[in-house]
Amino acid sequence: MENIGVLMACPMSSYLEQELDKRFKLFRFWNVPQKNGFLIQHADSIRAVVGNAFAGADAELINSLPKLEIVSSFSVGLDKIDLNKCKEKGIRVTNTPDVLTEDVADLAIGLMLAVLRRICECDRYVRKGLWKSGDFKLTSKFSGKSVGIIGLGRIGLAIAKRAEAFGCPISYYTRSEKPNTNYKYYPTVVELASNCQILVVACALTPETRHIVNREVMEALGSNGILINIGRGPHVDEKELVSALLEGRLGGAGLDVFENEPEVPEQLFGLENVVLLPHVGSGTEETRKAMADLVLGNLEAHFLNKPLLTPVV
Amino acid sequence: MTEAKSELPEVIVVGRPTIFKFYDEELSKKFRMLKSWESSLSLENYICKHAQSVKAMLCSPKYIGSQISSSVFRLLPSLRLIVTTSTGLDHIDLVECRRRGISIASASTLFSEDVADFAVGLLIDVVRRISAADRFVKNGLWPLQGQFPLGSKVGSRKVGIVGLGSIGLKVAQRLEAFGCTISYQSRNKKLVSYPFYPDIYELATKCDVLVICCALTDQTHHLINKEILLALGKRGVVINIARGAIINEMELVQCLEQGEIAGVGLDVFENEPNVPKELISLDNVVLTRHIATFTEDSIRAIYELVCGNLEALFFNKPLITPLLD
Repeated sequence: MENIGVLMACPMSSYLEQELDKRFKLFRFWNVPQKNGFLIQHADSIRAVVGNAFAGADAELINSLPKLEIVSSFSVGLDKIDLNKCKEKGIRVTNTPDVLTEDVADLAIGLMLAVLRRICECDRYVRKGLWKSGDFKLTSKFSGKSVGIIGLGRIGLAIAKRAEAFGCPISYYTRSEKPNTNYKYYPTVVELASNCQILVVACALTPETRHIVNREVMEALGSNGILINIGRGPHVDEKELVSALLEGRLGGAGLDVFENEPEVPEQLFGLENVVLLPHVGSGTEETRKAMADLVLGNLEAHFLNKPLLTPVV
Repeated sequence: MTEAKSELPEVIVVGRPTIFKFYDEELSKKFRMLKSWESSLSLENYICKHAQSVKAMLCSPKYIGSQISSSVFRLLPSLRLIVTTSTGLDHIDLVECRRRGISIASASTLFSEDVADFAVGLLIDVVRRISAADRFVKNGLWPLQGQFPLGSKVGSRKVGIVGLGSIGLKVAQRLEAFGCTISYQSRNKKLVSYPFYPDIYELATKCDVLVICCALTDQTHHLINKEILLALGKRGVVINIARGAIINEMELVQCLEQGEIAGVGLDVFENEPNVPKELISLDNVVLTRHIATFTEDSIRAIYELVCGNLEALFFNKPLITPLLD
C-alpha cells in the first residue's frame, strides 16, 4: 500500500504519523508551502484524508482530490467534514467512537470539580506563596448538585453514570425523549438549564446545534449555575458567555473547547470561577493510541476491500 | 446587656475555628465565646485569667500550636466536653481525656462527601493534568506551543485506599464509576467486596494510585515513605486529603524529583502553611491549602453541629456526635 497517497490535515499524533508514513505515501498538509500548487501536483495520488477536530475535509478540499475514496477522522466529531459532499461522491467516512468516550466523560467531571471546588485556583494560590496571607474563600459542594446534559449519546450517558456516583440527580435534553432511561427529560434547552445547577454540552455539532447554549440558556442557568463544554466551541455563543461571566450572570464555566481554537478570549484568563483547557478531552496516551489504531484499521480495511471498522458514511 | 451576656454558657476556644469567620454573630448570641486567639497571652495564661471555670471547650486543629493535653487540662478542673470542628483528633490527647472523663464530640462523618469529592477531583487533576493545562491556556501558551502533553486514563488506574472509613469508602464508590479497580488497606477488614491488604507495602505493589484517607496516629505517622513509594512505581500517584504527617514529606519530594513516582495531589502538609519549595516548581503536582472541607454546605453544617453538641452539654441532653471508645 506504499503507493497509496494519504493526506494528513494537521499534526495530531506522532504515533499515527509514523505508522501512516510506514504503510502509505504520507503527505503532511501543514508542511506544504503552497497548497494550490501541491494539490495540482499530487491530487491524483491522494486516495485518503486523515483529519481531526481542527481540520478535516471541507467541500473545497474534497473537490480538489478527484481520487479521494475515504476520509478517516481522528475524532468522534464530524463537524469538520462535509458529509453531504462525501455521500454525494461515494466517499467513505470513518471516525473514532467509543474509544474516547470514557476520557471525555472523565474530563467533564474533572472540570466540574475543578470549577466548583476551585482546585486550579487554589493550586495557583499556593504556588504564589499566598497561603500564609489569610483564608481562601468558601467553595461549592459538588455531590448532590443537579446535572443537566445536552445530548444523551455515549458520552452523555458516561457523564451521567459518573455524576450519579456523587448523588447528582440527572436530567437531559435531546431532540426526542430517549425510551430506556430513568433520567428526567426536558423538551427544550432553556427548561433544562432552568432546572439544573450544572449544564454539560455533550451533543454533536451540526448546523442545528450551533450556539445551542445562547444568552437565554445562560440566564436560565443563572448566577449560581456552571456551564461545562466538552463538545465543540461553536455549541456556545462565546461572546455572550464572556459577558455573562464577566458580569456575574453565570456562576462559572469549565471549557475544553472554543469557537476559534487555539484562540481563547483573554478576558476569561483572570477569572477564578473559570477553568480553561486546550481541547484535551481525549488526551491520554491510551486513548490517542486506540484512536490512531482505529484510523489505521479503517484505512487498511478499506484498501483491502474489507468491511470498515467504524463507518459513518 | 452585661447581665444577659453573663447568662450565656461559657466556652473556651482553642485554635482558630473557621466557623467564627462566617458565624461569629450567631455563635455569640448562644454562647460566651472566650477566644484565646484574640489575646497575646499564652493559652495557659489566658485560661488562668479568663476561663478557669469553663465546662466546655471548642477547638480546631487550625493554628493550634501543640496538642491539647495535661498542661491545659490541669487548668480546667470543670472541663467536661471538648467539641472539635474537625474529624481528625490528632490535636487532642485522647488518653488524657479518657483518664479525666472528658467527653469529646467531633465532626464525625459530616465532611465525608466533600472530602471524598475533593480527593477524586485531585486525582483526576493529576492524572489528566487539569491545573497544568489551565495554567498553559491562561499563560497564553496554546497558540504558541500547540500540543499539550498527554495525560493518562483515569479508569485504567488500580487505586489503593489507605483507610477505608467513611471518607475512604466514598472515594472508592466514586472511583468505581470511572472504571477504576479498588483495593484497600485498613486496621480491620471491612464488609466490602474490594480486596483487602493488611500490609501497606503489599497494597502499594498491587496499585498505581494511593489515596490516603486514614487518621493520623502514632502507627500511621510517616506510614508512606520511600519504600512504599518505590513499591508504588514510576506511574504511581499519591493523593493526600488526610494529614500531612502520614507521608514522609522529605522522601516524597526526593521520589518526585528523581522520577520514582509520577505525580501527587496534596491538600495537607507536614508543617502547614509551609509547602516544600521543590514542589512549587513541579508541573506534575497539584497543591491545595487544606480546603477539602471548605464548602458553604460543610461550614454551615459544622456550625450547626457545634451548636448542637454544646447545647446538648448545657441542657443535659445526649451529645449528637460523641466519640465512643
